[in-house]
Amino acid sequence: MKRWLPPLAIIAALLGAWELAARLDVIAEALKLEPFLVPAPSEIAQALWQDRDLLAENAWVTLQEVLAGFALAVAAGVGFAVVLHLSPTLRRAFYPLLVASQTVPIVVLAPILVVWLGFGIGPKLVIIALICFFPVTVNTLDGLGAVDSDLVKMMRTLDASRWQILRRIEAPTALPYLFSGAKIAVAVAVIGAVFGEWAGSSSGLGHLIQQASAQLQTDRTFAAVAVLSAIAVTLFAMLAALERRIAWWGPNGPRN
Amino acid sequence: MRTTFEAPAGEPHPTDRASNSAVRRREVMLGAKGAAPAVSGAALQIKGLSHAFGALRVIERLDLDLSQGEVVGIVGPSGCGKSTLLELVGGLLDTQAGTIAVEGADSPAARLGCCAYMPQRDLLLPWLAAIDNAALALRNRGASRAEARRLAHPLFERFGLAGFEGSRPAALSGGMRQRIAFLRTLLAGKPVLLLDEPFASLDAITRAEMQEWLAKALAAEARTAILVTHDVEEALYLSDRVVVLSARPAVALTELTAPRPRAVPRLDAVTSQGFTSARERALAALSDGAR
Repeated sequence: MKRWLPPLAIIAALLGAWELAARLDVIAEALKLEPFLVPAPSEIAQALWQDRDLLAENAWVTLQEVLAGFALAVAAGVGFAVVLHLSPTLRRAFYPLLVASQTVPIVVLAPILVVWLGFGIGPKLVIIALICFFPVTVNTLDGLGAVDSDLVKMMRTLDASRWQILRRIEAPTALPYLFSGAKIAVAVAVIGAVFGEWAGSSSGLGHLIQQASAQLQTDRTFAAVAVLSAIAVTLFAMLAALERRIAWWGPNGPRN
Repeated sequence: MRTTFEAPAGEPHPTDRASNSAVRRREVMLGAKGAAPAVSGAALQIKGLSHAFGALRVIERLDLDLSQGEVVGIVGPSGCGKSTLLELVGGLLDTQAGTIAVEGADSPAARLGCCAYMPQRDLLLPWLAAIDNAALALRNRGASRAEARRLAHPLFERFGLAGFEGSRPAALSGGMRQRIAFLRTLLAGKPVLLLDEPFASLDAITRAEMQEWLAKALAAEARTAILVTHDVEEALYLSDRVVVLSARPAVALTELTAPRPRAVPRLDAVTSQGFTSARERALAALSDGAR
Protein backbone atom coordinates (compact mmCIF):
# COMPACT_ATOMS: atom_id res chain seq x y z
CA MET A 1 0.00 0.00 0.00
CA LYS A 2 2.77 2.40 0.96
CA ARG A 3 4.42 1.77 -2.40
CA TRP A 4 1.37 3.01 -4.26
CA LEU A 5 0.94 6.16 -2.21
CA PRO A 6 3.54 8.40 -3.92
CA PRO A 7 2.41 7.75 -7.52
CA LEU A 8 -1.25 8.10 -6.55
CA ALA A 9 -0.51 11.36 -4.73
CA ILE A 10 1.32 12.78 -7.76
CA ILE A 11 -1.47 11.77 -10.13
CA ALA A 12 -4.08 13.26 -7.81
CA ALA A 13 -2.14 16.51 -7.50
CA LEU A 14 -1.69 16.82 -11.27
CA LEU A 15 -5.36 16.07 -11.96
CA GLY A 16 -6.35 18.55 -9.28
CA ALA A 17 -4.24 21.29 -10.81
CA TRP A 18 -5.56 20.46 -14.27
CA GLU A 19 -9.14 20.53 -13.00
CA LEU A 20 -8.59 23.93 -11.41
CA ALA A 21 -6.95 25.32 -14.52
CA ALA A 22 -9.80 24.13 -16.72
CA ARG A 23 -12.56 25.27 -14.36
CA LEU A 24 -11.29 28.65 -13.14
CA ASP A 25 -11.92 31.17 -15.89
CA VAL A 26 -8.98 33.35 -14.87
CA ILE A 27 -6.46 30.56 -15.36
CA ALA A 28 -8.24 29.05 -18.35
CA GLU A 29 -8.13 32.39 -20.15
CA ALA A 30 -4.55 33.08 -19.20
CA LEU A 31 -3.48 29.67 -20.57
CA LYS A 32 -5.88 29.89 -23.54
CA LEU A 33 -7.53 26.63 -22.50
CA GLU A 34 -10.63 26.16 -24.61
CA PRO A 35 -13.06 23.56 -23.26
CA PHE A 36 -13.27 21.86 -26.67
CA LEU A 37 -9.47 21.60 -26.80
CA VAL A 38 -8.67 20.61 -23.25
CA PRO A 39 -11.47 19.10 -21.21
CA ALA A 40 -11.34 19.02 -17.42
CA PRO A 41 -10.43 15.69 -15.79
CA SER A 42 -13.94 15.43 -14.40
CA GLU A 43 -15.31 15.61 -17.94
CA ILE A 44 -12.91 12.91 -19.05
CA ALA A 45 -14.01 10.77 -16.13
CA GLN A 46 -17.57 11.30 -17.20
CA ALA A 47 -16.73 10.25 -20.74
CA LEU A 48 -14.92 7.19 -19.40
CA TRP A 49 -18.11 6.12 -17.67
CA GLN A 50 -20.57 7.02 -20.41
CA ASP A 51 -18.54 5.45 -23.21
CA ARG A 52 -17.44 2.45 -21.16
CA ASP A 53 -18.82 -0.15 -23.58
CA LEU A 54 -17.35 1.59 -26.59
CA LEU A 55 -13.99 2.01 -24.86
CA ALA A 56 -13.89 -1.57 -23.62
CA GLU A 57 -14.72 -2.92 -27.06
CA ASN A 58 -11.96 -0.94 -28.74
CA ALA A 59 -9.48 -1.46 -25.90
CA TRP A 60 -9.86 -5.21 -26.38
CA VAL A 61 -8.95 -4.87 -30.06
CA THR A 62 -5.89 -2.75 -29.24
CA LEU A 63 -4.83 -5.01 -26.37
CA GLN A 64 -4.84 -8.02 -28.69
CA GLU A 65 -2.70 -6.16 -31.22
CA VAL A 66 -0.28 -5.03 -28.52
CA LEU A 67 0.08 -8.48 -26.95
CA ALA A 68 0.55 -10.27 -30.26
CA GLY A 69 2.97 -7.65 -31.62
CA PHE A 70 4.94 -7.61 -28.39
CA ALA A 71 5.18 -11.41 -28.27
CA LEU A 72 6.34 -11.43 -31.88
CA ALA A 73 9.00 -8.81 -31.09
CA VAL A 74 10.28 -10.66 -28.01
CA ALA A 75 10.54 -13.97 -29.87
CA ALA A 76 12.23 -12.42 -32.90
CA GLY A 77 14.39 -10.07 -30.82
CA VAL A 78 15.72 -12.79 -28.53
CA GLY A 79 16.38 -15.08 -31.48
CA PHE A 80 18.13 -12.34 -33.42
CA ALA A 81 20.18 -11.32 -30.37
CA VAL A 82 21.37 -14.90 -29.84
CA VAL A 83 22.40 -15.23 -33.48
CA LEU A 84 24.27 -11.92 -33.42
CA HIS A 85 25.89 -12.86 -30.12
CA LEU A 86 27.13 -16.18 -31.44
CA SER A 87 28.53 -14.71 -34.63
CA PRO A 88 30.71 -11.61 -34.28
CA THR A 89 30.70 -11.29 -38.06
CA LEU A 90 26.92 -11.18 -38.28
CA ARG A 91 26.91 -8.82 -35.34
CA ARG A 92 29.21 -6.40 -37.08
CA ALA A 93 27.17 -6.74 -40.25
CA PHE A 94 23.72 -6.25 -38.77
CA TYR A 95 24.20 -3.95 -35.81
CA PRO A 96 24.36 -0.67 -37.78
CA LEU A 97 21.35 -1.81 -39.79
CA LEU A 98 19.49 -2.52 -36.57
CA VAL A 99 20.13 1.01 -35.34
CA ALA A 100 19.29 2.54 -38.72
CA SER A 101 15.99 0.68 -38.81
CA GLN A 102 14.94 2.65 -35.74
CA THR A 103 15.38 5.97 -37.47
CA VAL A 104 12.68 5.26 -40.06
CA PRO A 105 9.61 7.12 -38.78
CA ILE A 106 6.82 4.67 -38.17
CA VAL A 107 4.28 7.17 -39.53
CA VAL A 108 5.99 6.86 -42.92
CA LEU A 109 6.04 3.10 -42.77
CA ALA A 110 2.50 2.55 -41.50
CA PRO A 111 0.56 3.45 -44.69
CA ILE A 112 2.93 1.36 -46.80
CA LEU A 113 2.37 -1.63 -44.56
CA VAL A 114 -1.38 -1.14 -44.79
CA VAL A 115 -1.15 -1.22 -48.57
CA TRP A 116 0.88 -4.42 -48.38
CA LEU A 117 -0.91 -6.23 -45.60
CA GLY A 118 -4.45 -4.87 -45.75
CA PHE A 119 -6.68 -3.39 -43.07
CA GLY A 120 -6.63 -6.34 -40.69
CA ILE A 121 -4.42 -6.95 -37.69
CA GLY A 122 -1.39 -7.66 -39.94
CA PRO A 123 0.09 -4.17 -40.35
CA LYS A 124 -0.55 -3.32 -36.67
CA LEU A 125 1.37 -6.40 -35.58
CA VAL A 126 4.27 -5.52 -37.82
CA ILE A 127 4.39 -1.90 -36.65
CA ILE A 128 4.20 -2.82 -32.96
CA ALA A 129 6.77 -5.56 -33.44
CA LEU A 130 9.08 -3.13 -35.28
CA ILE A 131 8.90 -0.64 -32.42
CA CYS A 132 9.38 -3.33 -29.73
CA PHE A 133 12.06 -5.26 -31.56
CA PHE A 134 14.83 -2.72 -31.02
CA PRO A 135 14.85 -2.40 -27.21
CA VAL A 136 14.40 -6.14 -26.81
CA THR A 137 17.21 -7.04 -29.20
CA VAL A 138 19.71 -4.44 -28.02
CA ASN A 139 19.16 -5.19 -24.34
CA THR A 140 19.33 -8.95 -24.79
CA LEU A 141 22.47 -8.61 -26.87
CA ASP A 142 24.08 -6.44 -24.19
CA GLY A 143 23.05 -8.95 -21.54
CA LEU A 144 24.53 -11.90 -23.41
CA GLY A 145 27.78 -9.97 -23.74
CA ALA A 146 27.80 -8.83 -20.11
CA VAL A 147 29.05 -12.19 -18.84
CA ASP A 148 32.20 -12.08 -16.75
CA SER A 149 35.03 -13.49 -18.88
CA ASP A 150 36.42 -15.35 -15.84
CA LEU A 151 33.09 -17.15 -15.62
CA VAL A 152 33.48 -18.34 -19.20
CA LYS A 153 37.03 -19.54 -18.50
CA MET A 154 35.82 -21.38 -15.44
CA MET A 155 33.04 -23.04 -17.45
CA ARG A 156 35.53 -24.09 -20.12
CA THR A 157 37.68 -25.89 -17.57
CA LEU A 158 34.49 -27.54 -16.35
CA ASP A 159 34.09 -29.08 -19.83
CA ALA A 160 31.26 -26.83 -20.97
CA SER A 161 30.43 -26.72 -24.67
CA ARG A 162 29.61 -23.41 -26.37
CA TRP A 163 25.93 -24.27 -26.12
CA GLN A 164 26.22 -25.04 -22.39
CA ILE A 165 27.98 -21.74 -21.76
CA LEU A 166 25.10 -20.02 -23.54
CA ARG A 167 22.45 -21.93 -21.65
CA ARG A 168 23.93 -22.03 -18.16
CA ILE A 169 25.82 -18.74 -17.99
CA GLU A 170 24.94 -16.29 -20.72
CA ALA A 171 21.18 -16.81 -20.86
CA PRO A 172 20.63 -16.36 -17.09
CA THR A 173 22.89 -13.30 -17.14
CA ALA A 174 20.92 -11.83 -20.05
CA LEU A 175 17.48 -12.50 -18.56
CA PRO A 176 17.30 -9.33 -16.39
CA TYR A 177 18.50 -7.33 -19.41
CA LEU A 178 15.78 -8.89 -21.54
CA PHE A 179 13.23 -7.74 -18.98
CA SER A 180 14.58 -4.18 -19.08
CA GLY A 181 14.17 -4.18 -22.85
CA ALA A 182 10.74 -5.78 -22.68
CA LYS A 183 9.51 -3.18 -20.18
CA ILE A 184 10.56 -0.35 -22.49
CA ALA A 185 9.04 -2.20 -25.43
CA VAL A 186 5.67 -2.80 -23.82
CA ALA A 187 5.34 0.88 -22.89
CA VAL A 188 5.95 2.06 -26.46
CA ALA A 189 3.95 -0.80 -27.99
CA VAL A 190 0.67 1.07 -27.43
CA ILE A 191 2.02 4.01 -29.46
CA GLY A 192 2.75 1.57 -32.26
CA ALA A 193 -0.81 0.29 -32.03
CA VAL A 194 -2.20 3.82 -32.38
CA PHE A 195 -0.05 4.57 -35.44
CA GLY A 196 -1.06 1.26 -36.97
CA GLU A 197 -4.74 1.96 -36.43
CA TRP A 198 -4.45 5.50 -37.76
CA ALA A 199 -3.02 4.21 -40.99
CA GLY A 200 -6.13 2.21 -41.62
CA SER A 201 -8.58 0.35 -39.39
CA SER A 202 -12.17 0.19 -38.29
CA SER A 203 -11.70 -0.42 -34.59
CA GLY A 204 -9.26 -0.05 -31.70
CA LEU A 205 -8.44 2.82 -29.35
CA GLY A 206 -6.29 4.53 -31.98
CA HIS A 207 -9.21 4.45 -34.41
CA LEU A 208 -11.48 5.79 -31.68
CA ILE A 209 -9.05 8.63 -30.91
CA GLN A 210 -8.84 9.52 -34.59
CA GLN A 211 -12.61 9.65 -34.98
CA ALA A 212 -13.32 11.43 -31.73
CA SER A 213 -10.74 14.13 -32.26
CA ALA A 214 -11.97 14.73 -35.81
CA GLN A 215 -15.39 15.37 -34.33
CA LEU A 216 -13.96 17.56 -31.55
CA GLN A 217 -15.15 15.08 -28.91
CA THR A 218 -12.10 15.84 -26.87
CA ASP A 219 -13.46 14.29 -23.68
CA ARG A 220 -13.82 10.98 -25.51
CA THR A 221 -10.36 11.40 -27.07
CA PHE A 222 -8.78 11.88 -23.67
CA ALA A 223 -10.81 9.03 -22.19
CA ALA A 224 -9.39 6.73 -24.88
CA VAL A 225 -5.88 8.02 -24.14
CA ALA A 226 -6.43 7.31 -20.44
CA VAL A 227 -7.43 3.73 -21.24
CA LEU A 228 -4.41 3.37 -23.49
CA SER A 229 -2.11 4.55 -20.69
CA ALA A 230 -3.81 2.21 -18.24
CA ILE A 231 -3.11 -0.70 -20.61
CA ALA A 232 0.57 0.23 -20.88
CA VAL A 233 1.01 0.76 -17.14
CA THR A 234 -0.73 -2.53 -16.35
CA LEU A 235 1.37 -4.51 -18.83
CA PHE A 236 4.52 -2.85 -17.48
CA ALA A 237 3.59 -3.73 -13.90
CA MET A 238 2.85 -7.32 -14.90
CA LEU A 239 6.26 -7.62 -16.55
CA ALA A 240 7.95 -6.11 -13.50
CA ALA A 241 6.19 -8.63 -11.25
CA LEU A 242 7.19 -11.47 -13.56
CA GLU A 243 10.77 -10.20 -13.51
CA ARG A 244 10.88 -10.30 -9.71
CA ARG A 245 9.73 -13.90 -9.85
CA ILE A 246 11.84 -15.39 -12.61
CA ALA A 247 14.88 -13.09 -12.86
CA TRP A 248 15.27 -12.56 -9.13
CA TRP A 249 19.09 -12.46 -9.27
CA GLY A 250 19.01 -9.33 -11.41
CA PRO A 251 19.10 -5.71 -10.26
CA ASN A 252 15.31 -5.68 -9.80
CA GLY A 253 15.22 -8.86 -7.76
CA PRO A 254 13.36 -8.87 -4.46
CA ARG A 255 16.53 -8.54 -2.42
CA ASN A 256 17.93 -5.59 -4.31
CA MET B 1 39.41 -34.04 12.52
CA ARG B 2 41.33 -35.89 9.90
CA THR B 3 38.88 -38.73 9.79
CA THR B 4 36.22 -36.42 8.36
CA PHE B 5 38.21 -36.29 5.18
CA GLU B 6 38.81 -39.96 4.74
CA ALA B 7 36.58 -41.99 2.53
CA PRO B 8 33.57 -43.21 4.48
CA ALA B 9 33.96 -46.97 4.39
CA GLY B 10 30.43 -47.73 3.31
CA GLU B 11 29.88 -44.78 1.04
CA PRO B 12 26.69 -45.57 -0.80
CA HIS B 13 27.57 -46.15 -4.38
CA PRO B 14 24.88 -44.55 -6.47
CA THR B 15 23.20 -47.12 -8.65
CA ASP B 16 25.08 -46.62 -11.80
CA ARG B 17 22.41 -45.66 -14.23
CA ALA B 18 24.83 -43.08 -15.56
CA SER B 19 24.70 -43.37 -19.31
CA ASN B 20 27.63 -41.00 -19.53
CA SER B 21 30.96 -42.67 -19.21
CA ALA B 22 32.60 -39.44 -18.07
CA VAL B 23 30.36 -39.38 -15.05
CA ARG B 24 31.28 -42.94 -14.26
CA ARG B 25 34.99 -42.21 -14.62
CA ARG B 26 34.59 -39.32 -12.26
CA GLU B 27 33.17 -41.61 -9.62
CA VAL B 28 36.08 -43.94 -9.86
CA MET B 29 38.36 -41.03 -9.31
CA LEU B 30 36.50 -39.84 -6.25
CA GLY B 31 36.44 -43.34 -4.85
CA ALA B 32 40.15 -43.73 -5.43
CA LYS B 33 41.22 -40.61 -3.58
CA GLY B 34 43.20 -41.20 -0.42
CA ALA B 35 43.31 -44.89 -1.18
CA ALA B 36 45.88 -44.23 -3.88
CA PRO B 37 48.83 -42.42 -2.35
CA ALA B 38 50.97 -40.09 -4.40
CA VAL B 39 52.63 -42.11 -7.11
CA SER B 40 55.69 -40.44 -8.47
CA GLY B 41 56.18 -39.77 -12.17
CA ALA B 42 55.77 -36.46 -13.94
CA ALA B 43 52.17 -35.34 -13.87
CA LEU B 44 53.07 -31.95 -15.23
CA GLN B 45 56.17 -30.82 -17.09
CA ILE B 46 56.85 -27.23 -18.02
CA LYS B 47 59.92 -26.63 -20.17
CA GLY B 48 61.35 -23.30 -21.31
CA LEU B 49 58.00 -21.55 -21.05
CA SER B 50 58.03 -17.90 -22.13
CA HIS B 51 55.05 -15.68 -22.65
CA ALA B 52 54.48 -12.08 -23.64
CA PHE B 53 51.50 -9.83 -24.22
CA GLY B 54 52.74 -7.67 -27.05
CA ALA B 55 55.95 -6.09 -25.86
CA LEU B 56 55.23 -6.98 -22.25
CA ARG B 57 57.21 -10.06 -21.33
CA VAL B 58 55.37 -11.87 -18.56
CA ILE B 59 57.12 -15.22 -18.18
CA GLU B 60 60.70 -15.99 -19.15
CA ARG B 61 62.04 -19.50 -19.72
CA LEU B 62 60.30 -21.18 -16.84
CA ASP B 63 60.89 -24.84 -16.03
CA LEU B 64 58.76 -26.73 -13.56
CA ASP B 65 58.06 -30.41 -12.97
CA LEU B 66 55.31 -31.74 -10.76
CA SER B 67 55.10 -35.36 -9.79
CA GLN B 68 51.83 -37.14 -9.34
CA GLY B 69 49.97 -35.92 -6.26
CA GLU B 70 52.40 -33.12 -5.58
CA VAL B 71 51.23 -29.66 -4.54
CA VAL B 72 53.50 -26.86 -5.70
CA GLY B 73 53.03 -23.36 -4.40
CA ILE B 74 54.01 -20.44 -6.58
CA VAL B 75 54.63 -17.10 -4.95
CA GLY B 76 55.73 -13.89 -6.53
CA PRO B 77 55.06 -10.17 -6.50
CA SER B 78 51.74 -8.89 -7.86
CA GLY B 79 51.49 -8.84 -11.64
CA CYS B 80 54.40 -11.22 -12.12
CA GLY B 81 52.46 -13.51 -14.42
CA LYS B 82 51.25 -16.11 -11.94
CA SER B 83 47.72 -16.11 -13.27
CA THR B 84 48.99 -16.19 -16.85
CA LEU B 85 50.99 -19.27 -15.92
CA LEU B 86 47.86 -21.01 -14.67
CA GLU B 87 45.90 -20.07 -17.77
CA LEU B 88 48.69 -21.46 -19.93
CA VAL B 89 48.86 -24.68 -17.98
CA GLY B 90 45.09 -25.03 -17.99
CA GLY B 91 44.88 -24.68 -21.76
CA LEU B 92 42.96 -21.41 -21.58
CA LEU B 93 45.80 -19.62 -23.37
CA ASP B 94 47.95 -20.88 -26.23
CA THR B 95 51.64 -21.19 -25.51
CA GLN B 96 54.06 -18.98 -27.45
CA ALA B 97 57.35 -20.62 -26.57
CA GLY B 98 58.23 -23.72 -24.62
CA THR B 99 56.14 -26.74 -23.80
CA ILE B 100 53.68 -27.72 -21.12
CA ALA B 101 52.86 -31.40 -20.90
CA VAL B 102 50.06 -32.45 -18.60
CA GLU B 103 49.94 -36.20 -18.16
CA GLY B 104 52.12 -36.43 -21.25
CA ALA B 105 49.79 -34.40 -23.52
CA ASP B 106 50.71 -30.90 -24.54
CA SER B 107 47.95 -29.54 -26.79
CA PRO B 108 45.78 -26.82 -25.23
CA ALA B 109 42.70 -29.02 -25.62
CA ALA B 110 44.37 -31.89 -23.80
CA ARG B 111 45.48 -29.56 -21.03
CA LEU B 112 41.97 -28.17 -20.77
CA GLY B 113 40.78 -31.73 -20.35
CA CYS B 114 43.27 -32.51 -17.58
CA CYS B 115 43.14 -29.36 -15.47
CA ALA B 116 40.47 -27.83 -13.29
CA TYR B 117 40.91 -24.14 -12.67
CA MET B 118 39.76 -22.48 -9.46
CA PRO B 119 39.74 -18.70 -9.89
CA GLN B 120 40.40 -16.13 -7.22
CA ARG B 121 36.77 -15.12 -6.96
CA ASP B 122 34.35 -17.91 -6.18
CA LEU B 123 32.27 -17.13 -9.30
CA LEU B 124 29.30 -19.06 -7.98
CA LEU B 125 26.22 -18.66 -10.14
CA PRO B 126 23.65 -16.73 -8.08
CA TRP B 127 20.73 -18.47 -9.78
CA LEU B 128 21.84 -21.96 -8.77
CA ALA B 129 21.71 -23.64 -5.37
CA ALA B 130 25.05 -24.50 -3.75
CA ILE B 131 24.89 -28.15 -4.78
CA ASP B 132 24.04 -27.30 -8.39
CA ASN B 133 26.98 -24.90 -8.47
CA ALA B 134 29.28 -27.61 -7.17
CA ALA B 135 27.94 -30.11 -9.69
CA LEU B 136 28.26 -27.86 -12.75
CA ALA B 137 30.94 -30.01 -14.39
CA LEU B 138 28.82 -33.13 -14.01
CA ARG B 139 25.89 -31.37 -15.66
CA ASN B 140 28.16 -30.18 -18.46
CA ARG B 141 29.11 -33.79 -19.07
CA GLY B 142 25.52 -34.80 -19.51
CA ALA B 143 24.39 -35.92 -16.07
CA SER B 144 20.79 -35.10 -15.21
CA ARG B 145 20.25 -32.67 -12.37
CA ALA B 146 19.19 -35.43 -9.97
CA GLU B 147 22.15 -37.58 -10.93
CA ALA B 148 24.60 -34.69 -10.52
CA ARG B 149 23.19 -33.86 -7.11
CA ARG B 150 23.45 -37.47 -5.99
CA LEU B 151 27.12 -37.55 -6.96
CA ALA B 152 27.90 -34.19 -5.35
CA HIS B 153 26.03 -34.90 -2.14
CA PRO B 154 28.66 -37.09 -0.38
CA LEU B 155 31.26 -34.36 -0.87
CA PHE B 156 29.13 -31.84 0.97
CA GLU B 157 29.22 -34.08 4.00
CA ARG B 158 32.87 -34.92 3.67
CA PHE B 159 33.91 -31.29 3.41
CA GLY B 160 31.83 -29.88 6.22
CA LEU B 161 29.09 -28.42 4.06
CA ALA B 162 26.25 -30.78 5.00
CA GLY B 163 22.97 -28.92 5.24
CA PHE B 164 23.99 -26.17 2.84
CA GLU B 165 23.19 -28.07 -0.36
CA GLY B 166 20.08 -26.04 -1.10
CA SER B 167 21.40 -22.63 -0.07
CA ARG B 168 21.71 -19.86 -2.59
CA PRO B 169 25.26 -18.50 -2.84
CA ALA B 170 24.08 -15.04 -1.75
CA ALA B 171 23.05 -16.51 1.59
CA LEU B 172 26.48 -18.02 2.30
CA SER B 173 29.59 -16.53 3.90
CA GLY B 174 32.77 -15.93 1.92
CA GLY B 175 34.45 -19.01 3.39
CA MET B 176 31.49 -21.24 2.57
CA ARG B 177 31.33 -19.92 -0.96
CA GLN B 178 35.01 -20.64 -1.43
CA ARG B 179 34.54 -24.20 -0.18
CA ILE B 180 31.76 -24.74 -2.70
CA ALA B 181 33.97 -23.30 -5.42
CA PHE B 182 36.63 -25.81 -4.42
CA LEU B 183 34.14 -28.69 -4.53
CA ARG B 184 33.10 -27.53 -7.97
CA THR B 185 36.76 -27.74 -8.99
CA LEU B 186 37.14 -31.20 -7.46
CA LEU B 187 33.97 -32.48 -9.08
CA ALA B 188 35.37 -31.59 -12.47
CA GLY B 189 37.25 -34.85 -11.93
CA LYS B 190 40.51 -33.58 -13.42
CA PRO B 191 43.86 -34.97 -12.27
CA VAL B 192 45.43 -31.51 -11.95
CA LEU B 193 44.03 -28.64 -9.89
CA LEU B 194 45.02 -25.05 -10.64
CA LEU B 195 44.28 -22.84 -7.68
CA ASP B 196 44.59 -19.12 -8.39
CA GLU B 197 44.84 -17.24 -5.08
CA PRO B 198 41.86 -19.17 -3.76
CA PHE B 199 41.58 -17.26 -0.50
CA ALA B 200 42.75 -13.79 -1.47
CA SER B 201 39.28 -12.35 -1.09
CA LEU B 202 38.75 -13.63 2.47
CA ASP B 203 39.47 -11.90 5.77
CA ALA B 204 42.52 -13.06 7.74
CA ILE B 205 40.71 -15.31 10.21
CA THR B 206 38.55 -17.00 7.60
CA ARG B 207 41.60 -17.40 5.40
CA ALA B 208 43.51 -19.23 8.14
CA GLU B 209 40.51 -21.52 8.65
CA MET B 210 40.23 -22.15 4.95
CA GLN B 211 43.93 -22.96 4.65
CA GLU B 212 43.59 -25.62 7.28
CA TRP B 213 40.47 -26.91 5.57
CA LEU B 214 42.18 -27.04 2.18
CA ALA B 215 45.23 -28.78 3.67
CA LYS B 216 42.98 -31.55 4.89
CA ALA B 217 41.02 -31.64 1.68
CA LEU B 218 44.22 -31.94 -0.38
CA ALA B 219 45.50 -34.65 1.94
CA ALA B 220 42.25 -36.55 1.44
CA GLU B 221 41.87 -36.01 -2.30
CA ALA B 222 45.50 -36.47 -3.37
CA ARG B 223 45.57 -34.41 -6.55
CA THR B 224 48.42 -32.79 -8.33
CA ALA B 225 47.97 -29.08 -7.78
CA ILE B 226 49.54 -25.73 -8.50
CA LEU B 227 48.68 -23.13 -5.92
CA VAL B 228 49.34 -19.56 -6.91
CA THR B 229 49.41 -17.03 -4.13
CA HIS B 230 51.23 -13.91 -2.99
CA ASP B 231 51.11 -15.14 0.60
CA VAL B 232 54.36 -16.95 1.40
CA GLU B 233 52.95 -18.50 4.54
CA GLU B 234 49.95 -19.89 2.69
CA ALA B 235 52.18 -21.38 0.02
CA LEU B 236 54.53 -23.00 2.53
CA TYR B 237 51.69 -24.34 4.62
CA LEU B 238 49.70 -25.84 1.75
CA SER B 239 52.40 -27.04 -0.63
CA ASP B 240 55.05 -29.73 -0.82
CA ARG B 241 57.31 -27.34 -2.64
CA VAL B 242 57.33 -23.59 -3.15
CA VAL B 243 58.70 -21.82 -6.20
CA VAL B 244 59.49 -18.15 -5.76
CA LEU B 245 59.10 -16.10 -8.93
CA SER B 246 60.74 -12.77 -9.70
CA ALA B 247 58.92 -9.62 -10.79
CA ARG B 248 57.88 -9.52 -14.46
CA PRO B 249 59.10 -11.21 -16.60
CA ALA B 250 58.81 -14.06 -14.16
CA VAL B 251 61.81 -16.33 -13.75
CA ALA B 252 62.11 -18.92 -11.03
CA LEU B 253 64.32 -17.43 -8.31
CA THR B 254 64.46 -20.21 -5.81
CA GLU B 255 62.74 -23.36 -4.81
CA LEU B 256 61.95 -24.36 -1.24
CA THR B 257 60.80 -27.64 0.13
CA ALA B 258 57.95 -26.95 2.47
CA PRO B 259 58.11 -28.58 5.89
CA ARG B 260 55.75 -31.52 6.13
CA PRO B 261 53.28 -32.66 7.29
CA ARG B 262 50.78 -30.02 6.37
CA ALA B 263 47.75 -31.47 8.06
CA VAL B 264 48.80 -30.73 11.62
CA PRO B 265 46.93 -27.79 13.15
CA ARG B 266 47.89 -24.77 11.14
CA LEU B 267 49.09 -22.75 14.11
CA ASP B 268 51.55 -25.50 15.09
CA ALA B 269 52.76 -25.78 11.54
CA VAL B 270 53.35 -22.12 10.88
CA THR B 271 55.14 -21.53 14.19
CA SER B 272 57.50 -24.49 13.88
CA GLN B 273 61.24 -23.88 13.49
CA GLY B 274 61.44 -25.36 9.99
CA PHE B 275 58.49 -23.29 8.83
CA THR B 276 59.74 -19.94 10.04
CA SER B 277 63.19 -20.43 8.54
CA ALA B 278 61.66 -21.50 5.21
CA ARG B 279 59.48 -18.42 5.32
CA GLU B 280 62.47 -16.18 5.94
CA ARG B 281 64.32 -17.68 3.00
CA ALA B 282 61.28 -17.24 0.76
CA LEU B 283 60.82 -13.64 1.80
CA ALA B 284 64.50 -12.94 1.28
CA ALA B 285 64.29 -14.41 -2.22
CA LEU B 286 61.21 -12.34 -2.96
CA SER B 287 62.83 -9.09 -1.91
CA ASP B 288 65.94 -9.96 -3.91
CA GLY B 289 63.76 -10.57 -6.95
CA ALA B 290 61.93 -7.31 -6.52
CA ARG B 291 65.21 -5.39 -6.68
